[in-house]
Amino acid sequence: MTIIAPGTPAPEFRLKDEDGDDFTHEDLKGRTTVLVFYPFAFSPVCTDQFQVYEEVLGDLEAQGARLYGVSTDSIWAQKAFKAQIGTSIPQLSDFEPKGETSRKLGAYFEPGGMTNRALVIFDPEGVVQWSYLASSPGELPGANLIFDGLAIKA
Amino acid sequence: MSDLRSAPAPGLRAGDHARGRADAPVVIVYADFTCPRCAVAHERLAALDLRRVFRHLALKARHPRAIAVARAAEAAARQDAFWPFHDALYADQGRQEDPHLWALAERLGLDVERLERDRRSDAVAERVDAQTREALRAGAMRTPTLFLADGVRVDDIEAISL
Repeated sequence: MTIIAPGTPAPEFRLKDEDGDDFTHEDLKGRTTVLVFYPFAFSPVCTDQFQVYEEVLGDLEAQGARLYGVSTDSIWAQKAFKAQIGTSIPQLSDFEPKGETSRKLGAYFEPGGMTNRALVIFDPEGVVQWSYLASSPGELPGANLIFDGLAIKA
Repeated sequence: MSDLRSAPAPGLRAGDHARGRADAPVVIVYADFTCPRCAVAHERLAALDLRRVFRHLALKARHPRAIAVARAAEAAARQDAFWPFHDALYADQGRQEDPHLWALAERLGLDVERLERDRRSDAVAERVDAQTREALRAGAMRTPTLFLADGVRVDDIEAISL
């Protein structure tokens, strides 16, 4: 599966936020959005990843960007995960139909039946500014890569 | 706010906490005193012939005491006691609340009032923060993260068998 390429407008998609409300392509408009696709809530390396990203939220905010975690876990699992690891990073669920949005964006890992480890930055128009697919779900993309991506203006 | 775009981890520099034979291979360890993996790494590295550098990778989401303890170690460094303080913290990770740190400082013969003052200073906070951010710029995603002298990141400590 190929990750969605820079310059591509966001396809129509629908995720669920922690309150069970829709988060769609329309919600990308007006500010820069960083979607962090990760395989599973509670897996050890995903915990490392969010604890590092938590550290840079102020820097992202300063650049007008908002970051979300995306997985195929249910909103209830995501909320419990978020509380356990002490992160304030909002979560979006791609639970039903499972992985539909992740597939549209090229961020699904078919062999594992799970979201792959990927990053997608959308500009305030909802166009992909930068994207990154990890070489394997076990590779953790550094926070530095997000800032490299934000520095590239599509 | 400083830049967070990719940049290699700086090599050995003046002001680093470094121990081991001066001409041994350099390993730069970005770590946190509250993290059990860091304590294990410390034990393993201690058994190797290395020039070992400690820098802070103190994440507030990782542990509520991570930053406070890192700052205390820097304050101990101002009384030339960084490594004894470092070793004692890793030897007993269950005791890292303030009264434990005061008791440790007393045991090491440090001026506790000065330690208290120093660990709350801007200079100490900035040093811990600057090192944490340089680790993130170099792609660190877990504690500990190790770099060799040439800037190569080593994610698996087992890979170091010098």
